[in-house]
Amino acid sequence: MTMVFEHFNFAVVIVLMMTGLFAVFASHNMIKKLVGLSVFQTSVFLLYISISKVTGGRPPVLSKKELHGYGGYDKAGDGADAAYKTVSETAEIIYSNPLPHVLILTAIVVGVATLAIGLALVVRTREEYGSIEEDEIDAYNYQDNLEGASR
Amino acid sequence: MDLLSLFPEWVLVHGPAAIVVLPLMVGALIALSPSEKLSWATTWFVTGLSGLMSLGLLLQVISHGPIAYAMGGWKPPLGIAYSVDGLNAPILLLISVIAFVCTVYALPSVIAEVEPEKRSPFYAAFLLSFAGLMGMVVTADAFNVCVFLEVSSISTYALVAMGSSRDRRALPSSFNYLIMGSIGATFFVIGIGFLYMQTGTLNMMDMARVLQDIGPGDRVVQLAFAFIVIGLGLKLAMFPLHTWLPTAYAYAPSFFTAFLAATATKAALYLLLRFTFTVFDPSWHFISNALMVIIAGLGILGMLAASLQAIFQSDIRRVLAFSSVAQVGYILLGIGMATTLGLTAGYLHILNHAIMKGALFLAVGAFWYRFGITKVSDMRGLGTTMPWTMAGFTVAGLSLIGVPGTVGFVSKLALAQAAAENGWWWAIGVIVLSSVLAIVYVGRMIEQAYFQPVPKINDKYIKRNEAPLTMLIPLWTLALASVAFGIDSHWPTSLAQGAAQVLGDGPILLVRETMPAIPAIPSTGGH
Repeated sequence: MTMVFEHFNFAVVIVLMMTGLFAVFASHNMIKKLVGLSVFQTSVFLLYISISKVTGGRPPVLSKKELHGYGGYDKAGDGADAAYKTVSETAEIIYSNPLPHVLILTAIVVGVATLAIGLALVVRTREEYGSIEEDEIDAYNYQDNLEGASR
Repeated sequence: MDLLSLFPEWVLVHGPAAIVVLPLMVGALIALSPSEKLSWATTWFVTGLSGLMSLGLLLQVISHGPIAYAMGGWKPPLGIAYSVDGLNAPILLLISVIAFVCTVYALPSVIAEVEPEKRSPFYAAFLLSFAGLMGMVVTADAFNVCVFLEVSSISTYALVAMGSSRDRRALPSSFNYLIMGSIGATFFVIGIGFLYMQTGTLNMMDMARVLQDIGPGDRVVQLAFAFIVIGLGLKLAMFPLHTWLPTAYAYAPSFFTAFLAATATKAALYLLLRFTFTVFDPSWHFISNALMVIIAGLGILGMLAASLQAIFQSDIRRVLAFSSVAQVGYILLGIGMATTLGLTAGYLHILNHAIMKGALFLAVGAFWYRFGITKVSDMRGLGTTMPWTMAGFTVAGLSLIGVPGTVGFVSKLALAQAAAENGWWWAIGVIVLSSVLAIVYVGRMIEQAYFQPVPKINDKYIKRNEAPLTMLIPLWTLALASVAFGIDSHWPTSLAQGAAQVLGDGPILLVRETMPAIPAIPSTGGH
């Protein structure tokens, strides 16, 4: 039990992943399948975000306090210089890994695109078949197979 | 004669990026194009240019060794690296040449199958799909692979669904492909995530280096391998994960089916090779076991089960689609042997299968274009009504069976030799048995076309109605290529040997010039 709580993020990832996959495989409704797919993909986002955390690490953003007089936008150049100096002086600050965040930003965009295409297909399917239940569509397709294509 | 000197310097330097960036950007532009002719011409030009650049890169790789390209000047392993070597250069050339040849065919085919206002976006989506496949193959960055995988997949879902103006079954099959494809891509991303957890890098060569230090005992690395193999298995239609493929091939627009069948699974197969042999180390126990039991085992199952299923299909394109699953089985068998001969044979079959399956699907598209034929039983008398198309179909079909003098024979023979060298005599039996099944399903179609009478309409025989030249030329280009490379197989075989050489070298650093800081790893070749 303690193991679950020690790795709570990963426990959540596993639960979400399995829920999503189950929803994809078990449901016959096309929308429900897409919901399952989204849950499944979201679990991967969480996995990536979890692995980016470094123990004791700060968010990978240079804070104002460390920049020594990063006053206003007009002094941005000074601020950047100071930031550069600060980073080189205080190299022992531990930051969390920003790379997985960037990767997952890409993956989120991909997920949105997939969902958009999927929903568009559901709309078109409903226009053509009048149903979004896969067993009903299969029945129509079986009919098509016997009689030849609809057009 | 030095073909290489004909290429300008920038092609050889910036080629790896240009072959991806060019179709990606032009694809976005032609989506807005008002004229479908302009879109078609641009697509044709871009795929042709990519083909020329790929040829230049291939020649450069053959004569001067691997090419590395640091995207945006950011040095790997931090920046994204593109690399071209003996393993991916032939696949790049294959994808772009097939795309170029198929685009010629697209001109009449798309007019017949796609609604007018959708034609420019159709070509745009095709270029995106093409750019995605090229990117998957050329990149040396593991996460970049995921991104390009999705670029090509998402545009492929849209393109498959565009077959709905011809047959509404394209919609559920595209949806099915979307679900399976997304699960596959997500599994692949999970695998890459686990690898990143353990190695802290995304560059494939750097990953290979760190993985050598971690060793085969690490559970997370083992898990990563499992996720990657399953994810790619879905994409390349490994036998029990192939269920998306027959319907997607059967109902997509015929031009796109030919492109998809010839290239999409091949790019995924390349990734399987790259990850198994370059990123991971095939001498590790869990990988050699997976190669022998899972990859070769499922390959064998696919060769038999999918060939059997192909016999009982009534739709021509479904027959050929199940045959594709079976042919992927041959390739997986070659990969699963993990010997130099086996890899050479598998790689050769990747190239050869693309040529012959491309030709077959082009011919089937022409049958539909002239007579609206989709069923095997409707092929009666096609040998008389469409003699040239049917002859091209027959040549490619014989190649699929593996008749001597065709590419199918060359790669099947190479595969049988590799199996014999490995002592897998039973595998030769399976290859022969699967070829016999191929005789049945190809023979069934050829029998209908040549030995059945021409059907009558209103007591009159149907007149001869040959496909237009824009369809015949691409079809015969591929059909003749399958004979030419079947008679003189020296060039493709040397390419395949070069690829097997790269794989056999194991996890070495391909990007030598740009990554001098990293110490070389002793080669683990020769296992």
